[in-house]
Amino acid sequence: MTVISTDKNPEALSLTLVAEFDAGVERVWQLFEDPRQLERWWGPPTYPATFYKHEFVPGGKASYYMTGPEGDKAHGWWEFTRIEAPRQLEFNDGFADNEGNPTGEFGISHATVTLEPAGERTRMTILSTFESEEQLEQVMAMGMEEGLREAVGQMDGILAEHANA
Amino acid sequence: MVVDKLSETELDRLFQAFADSTRRDIVRRVTVGEYSVSGLAALYAMSFAAVQKHVAVLERASLVTKEKRGREQIVRGNHDGLQKARGLLDEYEQIWRQRAARMADILAEG
Repeated sequence: MTVISTDKNPEALSLTLVAEFDAGVERVWQLFEDPRQLERWWGPPTYPATFYKHEFVPGGKASYYMTGPEGDKAHGWWEFTRIEAPRQLEFNDGFADNEGNPTGEFGISHATVTLEPAGERTRMTILSTFESEEQLEQVMAMGMEEGLREAVGQMDGILAEHANA
Repeated sequence: MVVDKLSETELDRLFQAFADSTRRDIVRRVTVGEYSVSGLAALYAMSFAAVQKHVAVLERASLVTKEKRGREQIVRGNHDGLQKARGLLDEYEQIWRQRAARMADILAEG
């Protein structure tokens, strides 16, 4: 996997990430279409996601929660606003209560996923846009922790390599 | 990455601050609006003193500020502290980079 580029736009509160995968477009599409595959990559190992609803049709809803290190659960919902298999996917993403109902708190973020063939590989472009800085901060309040944990995990790995060398 | 910008002590304090689900919830709430300590205490099944302790941990980690207003203590998100701790979009980029890496791992299984 290669991340080709990222572009951050603080004014628009958006992130664009372009990556290429050693797999065909149809195969990469399954990572979004199949909830069992989706939950293996959406959350980090320290905050794994469980999708207990996944209506993969335009207008359909998905419900998921992420389980923290202490068993605490952060609930979220998606609404698929555009599905054109296997090339284009758009969805809204927001926070939910324990029953999976949107809380309306912090607004929603919108993701646009585009898959294109690039020779034998697939180029994926993700555009993620937030409504407010507060909402981005909210996501970060969880994201920072997972970022730090992963960073420390990587540091441990590097240290262990050096210790064995 | 955030780790480069923080001292060991700051990092320890942040880890400690974010290691508890109540504290994470307090940070999320006071980032969007101010709360009194008693207002926060009403939200959780714990004593006023316990909530006050959580707020103190967050204050030490520079994630919130506390200010006396009359008989109330008002808690707010410390914007500068949060800003420094995060570099918001940088971190979000890391989340997506990690997701892309996990996607590649799944694809590599065939």
